[in-house]
Order: sequence, then structure tokens, then C-alpha cells
Amino acid sequence: METIQAKKNKIRKLTGSKAMVQALEQELTRDKNIFVMGEDVGKYGGIFGSTTGLYDKFGPERIMDTPISETGFIGAAIGAAAAGLRPVVELMFVDFHGVVMDQIYNHMAKIHYMSGGNVKLPIVLLTGVGGGYSDAAQHSQTLYASFGHLPGMKVVAPTFPEDIKGMLIAAIRDDNPVVFMFHKTLQGLGWMDQLEASLGPVPEDAYTIPLNKAKVVREGKDVTIVGVQMMTIEALNAAGKLAERGIDAEVIDLRSIKPIDKETLLKSVAKTNRLVVVDEDYLSYGITAEISAIMASEGFHHLKSPIVRLAIPDVPIPYSRVLEKYVIPDAQDIINAVEKMITV
Amino acid sequence: MKNNNKNDLLQIYRTMKTSRYFEERMEKAYLEGKQPIFNIGAGPVPGEMHLSNGQEPAAAAMIVHLTKDDTVTATHRPHHQAIAKGVDLKKMTAEIFGKKTGLGKGKGGHMHLFDPTVKFSCGGIVGAGIPHAVGAALANKKKGEDWVAVAFIGEGAANSGAFHESLNLAALWNLPFILVVEDNSWGISVAKKNSTSVPSNDIRAKAYGIKGYLVKDNDPLEMYKISKEAVDRARNGGGPSIIEIETYRFLGHFQGDPELYRNKEEVPTLRGKDPIERLKNHLLKEDLATPAEISALENKAYEVVDDAYEFAIHSEYPEPKEALEDVFC
Repeated sequence: METIQAKKNKIRKLTGSKAMVQALEQELTRDKNIFVMGEDVGKYGGIFGSTTGLYDKFGPERIMDTPISETGFIGAAIGAAAAGLRPVVELMFVDFHGVVMDQIYNHMAKIHYMSGGNVKLPIVLLTGVGGGYSDAAQHSQTLYASFGHLPGMKVVAPTFPEDIKGMLIAAIRDDNPVVFMFHKTLQGLGWMDQLEASLGPVPEDAYTIPLNKAKVVREGKDVTIVGVQMMTIEALNAAGKLAERGIDAEVIDLRSIKPIDKETLLKSVAKTNRLVVVDEDYLSYGITAEISAIMASEGFHHLKSPIVRLAIPDVPIPYSRVLEKYVIPDAQDIINAVEKMITV
Repeated sequence: MKNNNKNDLLQIYRTMKTSRYFEERMEKAYLEGKQPIFNIGAGPVPGEMHLSNGQEPAAAAMIVHLTKDDTVTATHRPHHQAIAKGVDLKKMTAEIFGKKTGLGKGKGGHMHLFDPTVKFSCGGIVGAGIPHAVGAALANKKKGEDWVAVAFIGEGAANSGAFHESLNLAALWNLPFILVVEDNSWGISVAKKNSTSVPSNDIRAKAYGIKGYLVKDNDPLEMYKISKEAVDRARNGGGPSIIEIETYRFLGHFQGDPELYRNKEEVPTLRGKDPIERLKNHLLKEDLATPAEISALENKAYEVVDDAYEFAIHSEYPEPKEALEDVFC
């Protein structure tokens, strides 16, 4: 029997990328039908570190470098999944979806439905999202809502290393296509901003975390702030500062874009009666709109004040640092919104 | 053609005949409720309808070399390919009639037929099925099986990005993959010469370092022979091929197509060279079958098709709320 101390020892701190690697390594070891395919996933180990070291351990048959040919290899993942394998395929930047969206939403997302449930496609589509490092309009988007809008794919975007590992294992074991979005800044890469939240405790043994549950990451009673990935981090930073001013904010990390966990959102707003939704995606038709609509139709009676939506103001992500910082919501924007809301 | 296997040729004949009769019945079924005023959404078979009359050799003479373990991905004009692959014809017909008993419980329709029991799929996006077959071929290789995967496309799809990406991957990974290009001369209304930079797509095989073949004038015997060579090569680890077959589109792109873009002489000329009649004449001339045996094969084909239509017509529609099922498993 393991002692409590032994169990504690097995909870080590890992970065987001190392949590992904550990999840993949354990699953690749467990099931020989799983393989990884994508650009630079081999020797390089994934541009954002999602497959570091796996090529040396599993070899080129299981960790397959592909040409720059997303329609080809993501389409091939669909065919391989229909033939009984379980591909994990990486779309390096979510921004590149444009060259392959037909395969993703017309095929990966629809074949199970169109076949009356007779064809299962257990595919995990890994993809890097997010900005904040001056990579400009074609390499900085999150596009959470673009994927969440389309039926037939689960879409998850975990924030913390523990969730990254558990949700990636759950995604690999799920028989549905899952779009697994990892935020570049939360990968804990040596060549990007060093962020405390990108390092966190991760249990060593394999475990799963449900793909349909949001998580209350800070309890509070005065206002609910909902974020995803970096916006959750900004919300937590804002909540810390708001606490100094006597405002007790509850922060929810959405984790799952599709399906969306209405229950956790409604329960929180029933308690706090105020809602701020923060999104590193475009404002119109996005997560902020979706959650606001849920609240307006199912939680209207809980609300004491109008909902506040903070998101990219319907412009492409600009390059220059000052411009980019202006359009991506941050802790100060959240603080301003909450203070205005509560003093009104 | 002494090397031809008699049973295979009889099988090809029966498959082509089944497909032709299936399509002729579909032409009539499709028009129900659409006369005198054509409304695409009316009648027992609504939506678009792409029929393959005339294109039967492309599918029948290739797929005769395949087993149920081999994969076929097909086009938006999929009936002849599905019938050749042995897709459950009752369920397929029921699907086209939008019935609960259909392959996709009425959720797919005629362009989206999936029968995993015989590894058949098709789709409505031109060229998109090619990488799916590449993926199936990759899976076959990973599993160490000698199964092959064949993607069928029209000549119009040979100008899509998916065509190039898929062939590059298949060649790069030396996969058991074959691409059959059914050149019916028309991408809806645009003639091949106005869409394609080369006279035939077998030429493009060179660009990928793979084998390319051209089958002229919709010849089932030549298609049979060349397909055998390509399938054998793929099964034995020799890698991918492209086979382009010059085939005939007897009907419009879809039913209801006014076909103002093609010369009125074209279809009668093509029908005068009907590949089914040509194969029948060959079977008789070479003493591979007697007229009675041919009739027996034809009757079997009619019977199977009639049974399938009976099943489809008399099946129930799904409950409306079943629209909400099967998004996820």
C-alpha cells in the first residue's frame, strides 16, 4: 500500500507542455492504436513542446512528421480513425485551420452523424492558440468560438497543467473527435514569457478530467468572472486585486468550449448576481455572447446588473506590442469593469 | 483477353447491370413529385441527385479485385461505386429515400453513404475523400495487413489541393493506395480541356514518382486488366498508382441539369458505345457466357434492385426528434 507521503511525492510540478507530453507518453504506452502525426512533432518535439522526447521513445512509426499539408494529413487521420486507429494530430497554429477546415468540419465533425452513428472517429486535434507575444494577425488567434459553433466536435481549452494532462488523456480515450486547444503562453516554454501559472502540480499516474465541466478556480460572492486559458489567469489576477478593495470575485475557468457547462455558470451567478465574461477571441458571436445568452434566457432573474463582455473588439490581432496589448483584455480591464459594475 | 478470369468478367457484368438498373429506377423515383414543375425539394427522393449511368466500368472493373477488407472512398456520384463495393443495397436505397432503415438512419442521403461493414464511404465535397483513403492505407500498413485503399474521384477533383496533398503523402509513405479518376469530361458544365492543364491525369503520376495509367474509351476489359496490376502492386508493397479512365456521363451533372453546355450529339454517341452492351457482346463472342446465363445474371440484378426499392419505399421515416441523435457517440 502506498503511504500518503509516497502519493505526495508522485505529484510533481510540470509545465503545460510537459503535462501534454506525459499524457501522450502514458497513452501511447497503453494503446498501440494511438499515434501522433503533425508538422515538426518528431525530432523537434512539436514547435510548442507538445511531443518533446516522444520520437526518441516511440520512433517514427508512432510519432510521424508530416509535410506542410494539413488537408492531406488531417484528412488521413480521418481515414485512419475510420479504419480503427486513434490518431492524435497536430495543427500547429489554430490560425492554419483555413487550409484544412473542410476536412475538420465537413468530415471529422459530421461523419458520425451522417453515418447514423455507424462510423466513429476517435481523433484528437491538438492545436496551439493565443496571442500576447507579437505574432500578429495570422498566428495569434484563439478561434474558440469558430470551433465551438460547429456541431460534432468536442472543443476543450484547459488552462492549468493538471487539467491539461487529465483532459488530454480523456480526449484520447473519447470515441468522438476532440479539438484540444493548448495556449502557447501556458505551455511554459523557455522562449516565451515566463508565467507562474504555466507550472503546476500534476499527478504522475494517468487520470482523466471530464471534457464537459467548467471549474471554479476561486470562490467568491460578489461577482462571477468567467475566463478561458489566459483570460482565466487575467481574471485570477484581477480577483486578487479586487479582494484588496473588498470585492470578492468568483472565477470560473471554462475549460470546455463545447459542450459548455451551463450548470456551473448558472449556479455561480445565482450566488453572485453579477457576471463578467472575458475572452481572448473576437467579441461578436463569441463565448461572451454565448454565455450572456445562456444567462439572459436561463438566469435572467439572478442578475442585478447588466452583463459585461470583454473580448477582442472585432479587429484582427495587431502586431505592435502596444496595439496588441490594447485589444486583448487583461486584469486591469476586468478590474475596471467590475468596479464600475459594483459601484453603479 | 485470354488472361481474364471468366468469373470476374461475369461479376463485372452483373455489377454494371445492377448499377444501371438501380439508376434507371432512381431516375423515375426522383422525378416523382417533381412534375410538371421541377422542385428540387419535392417528392420521395428530394435534394440533389447525381446519377452514374455510363460510368459503371470505372467502379465495377476495379472493385472486382477488392475484398471487403479493402477500403473505397467514393464521390458525390457514388451509386455505381457503392454497388460494386457490396454496400447493403436495401439500406443504401432506404437512405436515399430518407428512411429510418437507411445506412445513416436518414441523416446522410445519396451523397453521404457510409457502410463500414464493407469499408465504403463517400461524400459531397469534391476531392475530400482522397486523404481519407490515404489514411485507410496508412492504417493498413501500420497494421501489417495487405489491404489496399482506393479513392474514386471525378476528373474535376484532380485540380483540387486535396489531390496533390494526398498523392504526395501516399507516395512519400509508399502506401497501398490507388486513385481512380473517372474522367466523364465534365466538371458540372466546365469541359476538362478548360479546367485541366494536362490532357489526362495519369501524366501527373510522374510528379509524385508513382505509376500512372490511362484507360481509353470506357473499356471495362482494359480497366479490369490495369486495375489488377495496380491492386497487385499496392498489395505487395509496391506503392500507389493513378488510373484515369475516360468514361461517359449519360445524364446531366445532376437530375434537372438543362445541359445547355454540351452538344446534343454527345449523349447519343456515348449511348451508342454503351460499355455494358460492349461487355455483353464480348462475353457472348468469346463463349464466356450463353445468352441464357446472361439473362439469368440480369434477372438477379433486377431482383436485387427491386427488393431494395421495395424495402426502401415501405420503410418508416425516422421520428423527427431523431434529428437530435448521433451528433456524438
